[in-house]
Amino acid sequence: MAERGRVSGKALPYLFLLPALLLELLVHVLPMLVGVGMSLLKLTQFFLRNWSAAPFAGLSNYTVALDFNGAVGGALLHSFAVTLAFTVLVVAGSWLLGFTAAFLVQGQRRGRGLLRTLFLVPYALPAYAAVITWSFLFQRDTGLVNGVLADLHLVGAGDRPFWLLGGNSFLAVLVVALWRTWPFAFLVLTSGMQAIPHDLYEAAALDGATMRQQVRRVMLPLLRPVNQVLLVVLFLWTFNDFNTPYVLFGAGAPAEADLLSVHIYQNSFLTWNFGLGSAMSVLLLVFLSLATGLYLRSRRVR
Amino acid sequence: MFGEPHWFRWVRRAGLAVFALIVLVPLWVMITSALKPLRDVQAQFRWLPTEWTLSPFVDIWSTIPLGRYFVNSLVVALGATLLSLLVAVSAAYAISRYRFRGRRLFSLAILSTQMFPGILFLLPLFLIYVNIAQTTGIVLVGTLPGLVITYLTFSLPFSVWMLVGYFESIPRELDEAALVDGTGPLGALLRVVVPAALPGIVAVAVYAFMTAWGEVLFASVLTSDSTRTLAIGLPAYSTQSGVYWNQVMAAGLVVSVPVVAGFLLLQRYLVQGLTSGAVK
Repeated sequence: MAERGRVSGKALPYLFLLPALLLELLVHVLPMLVGVGMSLLKLTQFFLRNWSAAPFAGLSNYTVALDFNGAVGGALLHSFAVTLAFTVLVVAGSWLLGFTAAFLVQGQRRGRGLLRTLFLVPYALPAYAAVITWSFLFQRDTGLVNGVLADLHLVGAGDRPFWLLGGNSFLAVLVVALWRTWPFAFLVLTSGMQAIPHDLYEAAALDGATMRQQVRRVMLPLLRPVNQVLLVVLFLWTFNDFNTPYVLFGAGAPAEADLLSVHIYQNSFLTWNFGLGSAMSVLLLVFLSLATGLYLRSRRVR
Repeated sequence: MFGEPHWFRWVRRAGLAVFALIVLVPLWVMITSALKPLRDVQAQFRWLPTEWTLSPFVDIWSTIPLGRYFVNSLVVALGATLLSLLVAVSAAYAISRYRFRGRRLFSLAILSTQMFPGILFLLPLFLIYVNIAQTTGIVLVGTLPGLVITYLTFSLPFSVWMLVGYFESIPRELDEAALVDGTGPLGALLRVVVPAALPGIVAVAVYAFMTAWGEVLFASVLTSDSTRTLAIGLPAYSTQSGVYWNQVMAAGLVVSVPVVAGFLLLQRYLVQGLTSGAVK
């Protein structure tokens, strides 16, 4: 009896973990392995029902995706560059906005709770509801953006710009992503700032430190672990962001705002070439793992 | 605090006002446009309706099958939330209360799935579901259970991580006392740990619900006409008939209010969970 109790005691934690483990295997781990396998196959619509019959393609999907002089590879490289610029701007902007807002709110006495709640609304809104609202704001003839620009006499009645087509579309998707993302930075930095004991600032103030010095010498160093995690999370979310461009532009994003997730999605589901789409996804994962790994390592060495 | 200079008070007020405007302007447009007659949203933008009307809120239910989308989203989100809670509570209990081989590996592996681009496992998952249907007859593409299973894993990593933080803050003596009293480990979990961690569990539930309610990418591939969720139905409507912007805004409000209200009510617990998870 005691023996049996001990054995089952050892198995017990695994039993508690089993459902989570099985689900993660089914929805994340197995698909990832299958995805790597798919990227090595010539997997077009003819083999969708019976993908084991798809011919082995070796690395040809990868050579097509990485042939930057070819049509497919060139478009992929362009999309990568657009996504990189988009990510850098959204992450940096969200951090700056989030930090500024968290810092300002922290010192505010009256209405602090209300402001905190208000600032979190963009983050709490379902992605599609927020982005649809923005696509209304960006409408050429009926939207707020052009309306305000016209009121300020920055654009004439005849030459209202399109925001969701052509070169302006990059700016549009950037603004929407920033609006949706900065509240998360605000949330994380607020809780990070709250965890810093007040006496540290008071001690610094007694030593004659100005507000600026207190921020630079006390607050920022203590926020470093929080910032590290926050930046990685923001980077991954933004780089993989599908909702914002997909809801803003529909299936056909303009070339100037051709972000990778939507690019791969279109390459896979519009042409039904899953092998090529998988190869692109694997390349994306390799890049993300390398970038994240290098960043975390460089932080730790310092 | 900070011994800030006097002039900074005005900088702060001005800065906070700008931030409030950034958030409020789109919300203002959303709310007022939902109360405008059709002719207002088809003409030049204006800040206020020429005539206040509630008819967009009535019309949305007949212009598109919003009711069906709503019910589908509700079923999927509730199902995913409940199942995700069961799975996450049990996994978090194992991680916080037992020392076993693979404990660290499991915690890291489950968190690292968060960094996968969704697009990477969307295609294979689609194929796997298609093949499961062919071999076992269990149809997961185009059905609500397929979405439930998929979504519940999306919130799982973060939920487990947050719940471990919560469970660690509950004194171990409490559930050990229950174990001594003769309740099994399951009894200790259900009678002692779960009630003590209730705020954390509620916060995790809200998070799981929000995740499932707002997901677009997988819904676009894994739903069919009859199982369409709001995440697909609403954007499709707005791109096809962009002229009815007052209805689009009304529908956007209707689908947002439940999640936003839930989130704002429970944000305190979410922040707590975030910090207690991060401290470890």
